[in-house]
Amino acid sequence: MVNTAVSLCGVPLDNPVIPASGTFGFGAEFAALYDINCLGTFSFKGTTRQPRFGNPTPRIAECEAGMLNAVGLQNPGVEAVLSQILPQMRTYFKKPVMANVSGFSVGEYAETCAMLDEAEQVGWLEVNISCPNVHGGGMSFGTDPAMAAEVTKAVRAATKKPVIVKLSPNVTDIAEMARACEAAGADGVSLINTLQGMRIDLRKQQPVLANTFGGLSGPAVFPVALRMVYQVYKAVRIPIVGMGGVSSAEDVLEMMLAGATAVQIGAVNLVNPFAGRDIVRALPAAMEKYGIQNLSDIIGGAHHGA
Amino acid sequence: MKEVTLHILSQTRLTRDVYRMVLGGDTTAITAPGQFINIRLDGLYLRRPISVCDWEPEEATILYKVVGRGTTQMSRLPVGTALSVLTGLGNGYDVNKSGERPLLLGGGVGVPPLYLLARQLVAEGKDVTAVLGFNTADEVFYEDEFRALGVRTIVTTADGSRGVRGFVTDALPDEYSYVYTCGPEPMLKAVYHVTKTSGQYSFEERMGCGFGACMGCTCKTKYGAKRICTDGPVLEKEEIIW
Repeated sequence: MVNTAVSLCGVPLDNPVIPASGTFGFGAEFAALYDINCLGTFSFKGTTRQPRFGNPTPRIAECEAGMLNAVGLQNPGVEAVLSQILPQMRTYFKKPVMANVSGFSVGEYAETCAMLDEAEQVGWLEVNISCPNVHGGGMSFGTDPAMAAEVTKAVRAATKKPVIVKLSPNVTDIAEMARACEAAGADGVSLINTLQGMRIDLRKQQPVLANTFGGLSGPAVFPVALRMVYQVYKAVRIPIVGMGGVSSAEDVLEMMLAGATAVQIGAVNLVNPFAGRDIVRALPAAMEKYGIQNLSDIIGGAHHGA
Repeated sequence: MKEVTLHILSQTRLTRDVYRMVLGGDTTAITAPGQFINIRLDGLYLRRPISVCDWEPEEATILYKVVGRGTTQMSRLPVGTALSVLTGLGNGYDVNKSGERPLLLGGGVGVPPLYLLARQLVAEGKDVTAVLGFNTADEVFYEDEFRALGVRTIVTTADGSRGVRGFVTDALPDEYSYVYTCGPEPMLKAVYHVTKTSGQYSFEERMGCGFGACMGCTCKTKYGAKRICTDGPVLEKEEIIW
């Protein structure tokens, strides 16, 4: 019997498979299809202090081996998450959930995190400083190390829960961003958010997305994500949640060998709603195939002897 | 919603670029006219959402227009091909609101979901009128099929090459109890302003998942944000902001 358990910032996970924020809603659509308690956990839809409608449509464009999205952080706001969504989630998800938080000012990030700190169900706060699809916030915190540190510090002071800062790949040096977050008190980092891209509709000769630009995800970004996880592992000592195009148990193993303690799966949930369950089920056989007994033993394994 | 494997039972070309595909397999998740299915195609990342035109136990019929890579690929698939399909997506039309003389207004590839709706309304003894709008005579499809159901069927063409010249709104009957419509957004908007009764309007939007997870297809309504894929594609006239 192989052992898939890992520990993320001191919180145990049965396995490292975590559906990524923005691809899993608050879990209800998937809980109607399978028992989502088989997952390590999931990161819920990016939540802000106030409700947000998000961007106009079209918000989605297809790409070779992936997709662009420019949803723009549509969410019901933290108050509705606390009063309505979390109590309902209790009926279908019994494990600690990862709360994904976004904001438009340092104070707003801290306030939203402080409110979620009260929720017993929340196991980790994943602080998104890297949304490419909202103007005047989001990614601007994720591209400047000083700003990233400031947000991290404020959030760290606002909660007792582990703080995982979600990093943008749209930077020159992602390792520098990770170091800034670690120095400011982050308990972990997650990466990568989507890569900024665009498509043009040839019939209209105009951008497909109403927002012009969107975030690229799916298998197309996997090698880039893997490289960045590898680089960040060399730069920091805090745990890394790796993501970006992960679509199979084998991809999970690659991410962990690059340095990820846990692995998020994103776009694949949208094309195969059972992807989370399927990857969890496929993990033991993939581990056996490659002679892996304890999954936690391989974290950063690709660095040894390199 | 169910994820199932369906096999292509037949493919028929109806016009220059509109095809009918009959799929066989477990179609039990399809419970209302106006729902759609989401088809996975080799080499394309996102599934292709297509409305259900007709339904039988173990069978679903779709009509689709070849407009891009996905539909081109679909049109070349041979009979017998197995497809991964998410079935029973969307809310669909509510037949209980029809009244005695429902009016069905379809434009182009908005016509197909109205066929199953018409069939169900006729089965319930309703006096159904359908106005089917196309650009030109060569593009007309399913006129005979609607007639064969016993539906009073009027065809309009923008260029007047067949039926009434103009749009569906140029061929409205004097009396009707309720409106069911599907078509391009400018047509829906015209229907919204010209028709006198309440009704149900089916919308189209680019989708990521088709089952409510990604928030890719959200629109604003009088009752807040709604996902076209799960809270729609059918919206009540009263909630549409126009």
